[in-house]
Amino acid sequence: MKTRKNATTRAEPVEREHGLHLLRSMIRIRRLEDKCAELYTTTKIRGFLHLYDGEEAVAVGVLEALTLDDAIVATYREHGHALIRGVSAGCILAEMYGRQEGCSRGRGGSMHLFDDRTRFYGGNAIVGAGLPIAVGLALADKMQEKSRVSCCFFGDGAVAEGEFHESLNLAALWRLPVLFVCENNLYAMGTALRYTQSVTDIAAKAASYGMPAAAVDGMDVLAVEAAAHLAAEAIRAGEGPQFLECRTYRFRAHSMYDAELYRNRAEVEEWKKRCPIATFTERLRDAGQVSDDDLAQIEAEVAREISAAVAFAEAGSQEPLEDLTRFVYSERRMP
Amino acid sequence: MTTTAETMRKLTYREAVREAIREAMQKDERVFLMGEDVGRYGGCFAVSKGLFDEFGPERIRDTPLSESGFVGAGIGAALGGMRPIVEIMTVNFSLLAADQIINNAAVLLHMSGGLFNVPIVIRLATGGGRQVAAQHSRSLEGWYAHIPGLKVLTPATVEDARGMLWTALEDPDPVLIFENSGLYNMEGTLPVEAGAVDIDRARMRRPGRDITIISYAASLFKALEAAEILAREGIEAEVIDLRTLRPLDDTTLLDSVARTHRALIVDEGWRSGSLAAEISARIMEGAFYELDAPVERLCSAEVPLPYAKHLEDAALPQVDKIVDLVRTMVGGHG
Repeated sequence: MKTRKNATTRAEPVEREHGLHLLRSMIRIRRLEDKCAELYTTTKIRGFLHLYDGEEAVAVGVLEALTLDDAIVATYREHGHALIRGVSAGCILAEMYGRQEGCSRGRGGSMHLFDDRTRFYGGNAIVGAGLPIAVGLALADKMQEKSRVSCCFFGDGAVAEGEFHESLNLAALWRLPVLFVCENNLYAMGTALRYTQSVTDIAAKAASYGMPAAAVDGMDVLAVEAAAHLAAEAIRAGEGPQFLECRTYRFRAHSMYDAELYRNRAEVEEWKKRCPIATFTERLRDAGQVSDDDLAQIEAEVAREISAAVAFAEAGSQEPLEDLTRFVYSERRMP
Repeated sequence: MTTTAETMRKLTYREAVREAIREAMQKDERVFLMGEDVGRYGGCFAVSKGLFDEFGPERIRDTPLSESGFVGAGIGAALGGMRPIVEIMTVNFSLLAADQIINNAAVLLHMSGGLFNVPIVIRLATGGGRQVAAQHSRSLEGWYAHIPGLKVLTPATVEDARGMLWTALEDPDPVLIFENSGLYNMEGTLPVEAGAVDIDRARMRRPGRDITIISYAASLFKALEAAEILAREGIEAEVIDLRTLRPLDDTTLLDSVARTHRALIVDEGWRSGSLAAEISARIMEGAFYELDAPVERLCSAEVPLPYAKHLEDAALPQVDKIVDLVRTMVGGHG
């Protein structure tokens, strides 16, 4: 993950290699999620499962603007973020299989992927609860004079939580290096934003705390990437927290238990026309930067990656029952 | 141990906590204090008075009234390499931060399969008895002691108020320190060089042969006072100070009960589903055949703490009630 000096905007052409990289990243997420859905129906994966189909441009675009030194706090819909951050698909699937080879040793499952190497502080399954943690990570960086970004992903549902407002206020008050990324997919589980918010302009709410806030088309990976670069650069320049509202849509149900009674097929189909992968593919094709061969090659590579990941998870082992009560308290003291 | 006037000194519980904070800040630059009114105001209970001038606004950090926000920020700061001491003005307001304490601090290590520990220390004032009514008088330390992943300390003595903080800061996991607000003005005597103490053992505060009274924090002193009254009647009560509510030091409790064969638990928490219930169960499980009488509990009445003094006094465990109960338990079987 490199830091690009000049943020790409909609009007500018994208370099072929970079375009293919973004496309490949989004396809990796989509195929992983497709596999998760399949494995859920065959009961290989249990518990709650929240899939990211339709929202891939947000994770891919934002993470492109961050380095491995930055910190990430994500939600329970975080497979894609973990994957793009660098957690292997095998470790992610093994986690969902409940295997000790999983990235959280099978203690967390789908909603709680963690990785210390990439400073991935977890999928958090309490809506809004990750925001204060990101504020604290940023506070630690500021107090230790480290020039790093703490990036927090959350949904539009979190905007209704007190922790959202407390966190934005604290981050702005103390000018902390936090990148707040709202993945506004228009629904807090099954209740539309318009039924829960008196003011539905989320970026406007953030701006009221005195931090720069932008709303961006969350279905356009280049737009997200460009906005994230600008925000990350401002944070690194010491300008304090920045807020990004990515307007997006989830194609699948909220979770595998959701009968989707709250939205109609036509609305979903309309949004699917704006699929971030399909539209970006078209764009690259129109610019002559991607061929059918390229696409076939990407799909083949990703298929191999996912199939190897499934094999890794299948071959995983169960943690011995004697270890049940481990990791409640630390096993070693620290400096 | 030999002590002389030159090596001992007097200080209050409040001063002991303040000294502990100051020493920690001097020893480790990762340590900082954050909470409501801890800086310019000097702390709601004046614990941090003077520290703002000494360490400045970065390390004695005033926060907005955002309990969930600043406790969560403390968790994040701990994950990010700092050693935060977060002060929640009273345990009552910790309910606004319960999400961060219980859903985040207590579980991140486990959910991450051991990858991320949270070395945060949270200090909270607790307890009733000051006529501040139901919303400011709770004793919820036993309730937090229900949660795996947390450690719960209840320093009663000036020595523990002085010494537990540093040990808590050295602990890799979240530690809650409950300071009973009724104790802040209590004076004690400490060696000049007093420092860190252990946080995993209960302590016998008075030896006795006839009954074990198990208590902690403010109630400990009621138990000790009762023991003095009982001693004049020939009843020798052993008094145990729990010091730490999670993890509980079963060994010290059971050893004492094995000597005295009777046990009374005095706890400012409510009786139902209480810490006192837990201790009673452990004695039953671990020392049933040592018992000469059923384990008894003296807890707060099952009522939100009332404002009126006579009602509040009646709701809380008191010395005379302890004395009466012990007489009944020991009477005729001595």
